[in-house]
Amino acid sequence: MNTAYGGPGGGAPGRGEAPHVTAGDELPALEVRITREQLVRYAGAALDFNPIHWNEAFAKDVGLPDVIAHGMLTMAVAGRVVTDWLGDPGRLVDFSARFTRPVVVPNTPEGALVEITGKVADVKDDGVARIDLVVKFDGKTVLGKPQALVRL
Amino acid sequence: MPLDQSFTGRSYPPQTSYEVSREKIREFADAIGDANPVYRDPEAAREAGHPDVIAPPTFLTVINLAAINAIVTDPELGLDYSRMVHGDQGFTHTRPVIAGDVLQVTTHIDAIMTRAGNDFINLRADITDVAGQKVCTTRAQLVVRGENA
Repeated sequence: MNTAYGGPGGGAPGRGEAPHVTAGDELPALEVRITREQLVRYAGAALDFNPIHWNEAFAKDVGLPDVIAHGMLTMAVAGRVVTDWLGDPGRLVDFSARFTRPVVVPNTPEGALVEITGKVADVKDDGVARIDLVVKFDGKTVLGKPQALVRL
Repeated sequence: MPLDQSFTGRSYPPQTSYEVSREKIREFADAIGDANPVYRDPEAAREAGHPDVIAPPTFLTVINLAAINAIVTDPELGLDYSRMVHGDQGFTHTRPVIAGDVLQVTTHIDAIMTRAGNDFINLRADITDVAGQKVCTTRAQLVVRGENA
């Protein structure tokens, strides 16, 4: 296990120091605004050109209230709560979520506000911790059981 | 029309290789709004113990999506693509994706089921490097909404 950099717990990078992480610890929360511009940028980067993510008329035609964010973009944004806390994202070993509710992105400079919180749910003897996230848009959760396993 | 259940257990061998570049990793990190230096700066990545810049945890969606699309658009499977939504997604990393990796994807259909008029298809992709070593396993459930659901 590499503990020579970063480290959960908010402290400065400490070489060889054991991280002080216990179940119930809260990770620093994150608020992210997802805009139409970001949807276009993500579509290009992820090679996901489904028009429900950029074409308002198409989205409404298939019954959506408006253009919605890629579920995978919401998941990626949510993962930052874990990787910012870890410092080294290479220590995130497992990441999963269900896509339960869309993030509707209006055509405004502010876009859609996504609020992410996370806490340590469990720390195993082998130094792997489970982080449970809560990801909300418009006051409601948009990801089901978003969870990460990390090497401490 | 229900999905052809006989597709359960099928595997799709790699069709091509994907070479991971520093530039694509940075483009993806920019797109998800993540400024972490280990996605951009080889020196920062080395300080963190990696041989080169690494990719964000969900980066493999770039090649995973293409592999999924190749399966779900197979006319014999009988999937109505316009009614399909992404139900869930998971990534289990054996190691991070590193710039310079040449990756191959083998995709498996683990299960096909029907519940409450909707079809569900569970896909798994094993992503390996040139040495044949596992880099990541991805799991996705796709949901095809029924005509009356």
